[in-house]
Amino acid sequence: MSTATLEPRVHAPRNYLNADYGWKSWLFTLDHKRIALLYLVSITFFFIIGGSFAVLMRIQLVEPQGALVQPETYNKLFTLHGVVMIFFFLIPSIPAVLGNFLVPLMVGARDLAFPKLNLLSWYIYIVGGMFTLYSAIAGGVDTGWTFYTPYSSTYSNTQVTAVAIGVFITGFSSILTGLNFIVTIHKMRAPGLTWFRLPLFIWATYATSIIMVLGTPVLAITIFLLALEHLFHVGIFSPALGGDPLLFQHLFWFYSHPAVYIMILPAMGVVSEIIACFARKRIFGYKIVAFSSVAIAVLGFLVWGHHMFVTGQSVYAGLIFSLLSFLVAIPSAVKVFNWTATLYKGSISFDAPMLYAMGFIGLFTMGGLTGLFLASLATDVHLNGTYFVVAHFHYIMVGGAVMGYLGGIHFWWPKISGRKYPNGWAALAAAIIFIGFNLTFFPQFVLGYLGMPRRYAFYPAEFQFLNVMSSAGATILGVGYLIPLIYLIWSMRYGPVAEPNPWGATGLEWQTPSPPPTENFAEIPVVTEEAYAYDEQEAAHE
Amino acid sequence: MSDVESPLQPDHVGLAHQFEDLDQQQQSDELGIWLFLVTEIMFFGGLFASYAIYRSFYFAAFEGGSHILDARIGAVNTMVLLGSSLTMALSVRSAQTGNRRALVLFLIATMILGGVFLGVKAYEYNQKFVEHVVPGLDWAPQGEVLAHLAPGGVQHAQLYFIFYFAMTGLHAIHMVIGMGLLLWLVLRGRKGSFTPQYFAPVEVVGLYWHFVDIVWIFLFPLLYLIGGRY
Repeated sequence: MSTATLEPRVHAPRNYLNADYGWKSWLFTLDHKRIALLYLVSITFFFIIGGSFAVLMRIQLVEPQGALVQPETYNKLFTLHGVVMIFFFLIPSIPAVLGNFLVPLMVGARDLAFPKLNLLSWYIYIVGGMFTLYSAIAGGVDTGWTFYTPYSSTYSNTQVTAVAIGVFITGFSSILTGLNFIVTIHKMRAPGLTWFRLPLFIWATYATSIIMVLGTPVLAITIFLLALEHLFHVGIFSPALGGDPLLFQHLFWFYSHPAVYIMILPAMGVVSEIIACFARKRIFGYKIVAFSSVAIAVLGFLVWGHHMFVTGQSVYAGLIFSLLSFLVAIPSAVKVFNWTATLYKGSISFDAPMLYAMGFIGLFTMGGLTGLFLASLATDVHLNGTYFVVAHFHYIMVGGAVMGYLGGIHFWWPKISGRKYPNGWAALAAAIIFIGFNLTFFPQFVLGYLGMPRRYAFYPAEFQFLNVMSSAGATILGVGYLIPLIYLIWSMRYGPVAEPNPWGATGLEWQTPSPPPTENFAEIPVVTEEAYAYDEQEAAHE
Repeated sequence: MSDVESPLQPDHVGLAHQFEDLDQQQQSDELGIWLFLVTEIMFFGGLFASYAIYRSFYFAAFEGGSHILDARIGAVNTMVLLGSSLTMALSVRSAQTGNRRALVLFLIATMILGGVFLGVKAYEYNQKFVEHVVPGLDWAPQGEVLAHLAPGGVQHAQLYFIFYFAMTGLHAIHMVIGMGLLLWLVLRGRKGSFTPQYFAPVEVVGLYWHFVDIVWIFLFPLLYLIGGRY
């Protein structure tokens, strides 16, 4: 590298993609941008695996008595779908791919604070993923992604230990990524880049990192105790041996509820960037939106008990948890209102990233509002354990987090790959995904309200119509996900070359070439203005 | 950290390419290790919380289990570990003043004390097998041991010993990792890698070592001193 500047034998400008070739230059890279691409490829792989399990489940549920597999197999399908999608796709998705790529660029740094730790976190993720894949091949696991005891620890004879080890290991990847982000955001901001000049994506990533750092270790110790009980048949969570199964649920949800915010907060950050860019306006109420991310992270740690309203937890604890859960709606609604207010009198253009962002706002609002039904003690008694819950969290995780992820990938793809994708195809894919998603999951709200329980391989015949609708929607959704995979790969070779700032966006990442050079900036930039200075940009044009 | 080459690398020993200067690097390293220790607190926190719940459920069983342990051995080990914290602090001090010889000596002293602690711990673990109070592997308490455990319920005493092994075991694993880090520091320190301007690795490992000691400071009374025996 150090000699490369002396011998100008390549005509294309040096960037992080052509700086070096060969598999070693990727597997041993310390460049945050290359590590982001390693993550991109790996999480896409796990997304396809997790998606295949979902396809099989939807085929099974086309017929009331089950169209495809035995109930035991179905149990393994929904378990592995949950485990793979949550721990190996959603949690690393935006933070590890877009966060890794963008955090140093957005704060004007040459890399994350700890590049070796960053690469290590990818390897940890891969090792954890291997354990999980092994468990799938070696017979699967049937406990549900929640691993509730004592079923998981005492009675299940499936591959609980392998999956537990996989999830345990992968957690450390998440911890190290969060730690790296927090240190980078604190200590490596460019001169002049004060906290309130940071892009909202950075605020969202910061809030996410706090959850990763504080929550994930608790999941690790919980899984550790679970594995201990499973291996040595001692009674930590088994009531027969004096243990308390509710303790497992408390510890599990202490992480796993905040984990929902690990998935949704970065997507909110992405949406803030996209809305500001395509409305050509500063985000309405920047500081409030920034603090709402932190508020969601903090409140998110105090609401885990709403998963346990019907488990024998004290009624008074239930009351408090219900109240606190309602409080989370406030910062969430603040974001939605502020995005909407940003659009007001903006010069809006509907490029593909904006379509995803619009889709996010609609679907997240529905997912969030239905969450309030579940946070209410009385309605939760009726809805708990039904498809209403399944629909609710898919509106948040797929309608919210995945839409945000895809929006972000489309927004920053020219920066990541140096190429542009066909906008028409991208818009079409966004529309197909939006329609397919709603057709898949809206019927599940109705099914759940009518009383169809989740996690069953068969159901009463009167639910068939809505289930067929849901499966048909899943087919459309699957096609919608396939299209971007094709044209994004196509664009890497055949897409038109992207200029440094194709969207005319503000932000430091757009002030460096596309794709960026290995050291990100020829000179560390000095920041003199607030984030989203689109008004000044317009004024300068006129 | 200097194996990442970049045309922009300033001419500083120990400065990684992503930082502008040693001060920024030192601050980042310190914030990083403190954050890591926060994750460790949450990690052990889940275990301590579970311990607290079962201790309040089955206090008599936990008291009985505690009486099987030899608090004198635990006390000696606590002193050994506190001593290692002192030598660790002196190592950091030596690095700051640029005294290479003292740095290496104090690091080795810390390793020796850590080794003594682990040796004593291994002896204690062995005793548990002799007394047949290892849940899951060798659980058949007899005679005097059984008499200690019986009042609180032998089954529930098993919970106490699960927590004893889980807590001290995780602590011991942290000690072993710490010993590895100390060895790495000794090797680098002998080569003179650390200067009064660049000693962040010593400081970072030092903070880790102190944290592991503090965990033991909590483990000792929680496991060895239940019930007013002394």
